[in-house]
Amino acid sequence: MKKSNTLKRLTEKFPNSIIETHSFRSDDTAVVKKNDIMEIFTFLRDDPDLLYNFMMDLTAVDYMGDESRFEVVYHLYSLKFNTRIRIKAKVAESECSIDSITSLWASANWFEREVYDLYGIHFNGHPDLRRILMYEDFKGHPLRKDYPIRKRQPLIGPIN
Amino acid sequence: MGIIDKIQTITRQAIHEPKEEDPSKLLGDSIILTQLESVVDWARKYSLFLYPFATACCAMEFMSLGGPKYDLDRFGAALPRFTPRQADLLLVVGTISHKQAPILVKIYNQMTEPKWVMAFGICAVSGGFYDNYATVQGIDTLIPVDVYIPGCPPRPEMVIDGLIKLQEKIAKEKWTDWPKGAAPVVAKS
Ligand code: SF4
Repeated sequence: MKKSNTLKRLTEKFPNSIIETHSFRSDDTAVVKKNDIMEIFTFLRDDPDLLYNFMMDLTAVDYMGDESRFEVVYHLYSLKFNTRIRIKAKVAESECSIDSITSLWASANWFEREVYDLYGIHFNGHPDLRRILMYEDFKGHPLRKDYPIRKRQPLIGPIN
Repeated sequence: MGIIDKIQTITRQAIHEPKEEDPSKLLGDSIILTQLESVVDWARKYSLFLYPFATACCAMEFMSLGGPKYDLDRFGAALPRFTPRQADLLLVVGTISHKQAPILVKIYNQMTEPKWVMAFGICAVSGGFYDNYATVQGIDTLIPVDVYIPGCPPRPEMVIDGLIKLQEKIAKEKWTDWPKGAAPVVAKS
């Protein structure tokens, strides 16, 4: 498959950080090592030929049973060139943390809180890593695949 | 004989020596005899001030209900008050999450009595299809509910039907039904 310009630049620049790339119907995706994301994102954001200046989405996936269980997924958009890229970083359950990108995009703040709240992935260097959707007393992370589906933790009132 | 004495005499007659003839007729058309309780209930059922606790998609249906086509005004329940202290019918319109539950309880407790609660839509009734970690499985686990209206969302006709049922319920209320007091659960936050 033909590599898009961005993916080519990325693999040239970070040969050791990129685990794999694909570009199905020009849907650029790169799977990267989680320890190198800061350099990769800084490059993607600031390189004058790329300028992915808009962090559109940040979420996570739980692949329970896989070697590295979680995957944090970032979607970037370049307002200048009208191009998009998806970056995925694998996070193992044993070492459930990744660097926060709030220093690059302030908009990542609440997204990271959401991922922390629902998946329990910690973001190193996040200014205010609290739960955002669930309440403080909530135990566990409900979007993890091993969260019991019928479990109820009401804040007040009788247990349903 | 003054009018008060006349009413007293006739009432006494009606109670102690009942006659075939309706005693209230003796007073002419300008005076109606009734019980205070039923007059108050009658007034209450046609002057419901709503507090729409609208949290989700059901609120759209609530809007159409208030609009000219379905016109809740016809049933004396037209005026939404956006402070619970001026409202007497709490409409819980939409999904209630566990995080929202303390707020709902607080709103309920802030309303002055007499007050009634309508669970509008299946989410408020039972949690609906949100059988998950976040959703309260029916607001009656938190506060007392007077009418349940199923449907996702309910048709405005169903809500009107529910409102009429509530009015029938109000018409049968006794003094002793009030006050009901605070919600049975304690809101932590
Ligand atoms: S009952 Fe249906 S329409 Fe109403 S709030 Fe729930 S999901 Fe939305």
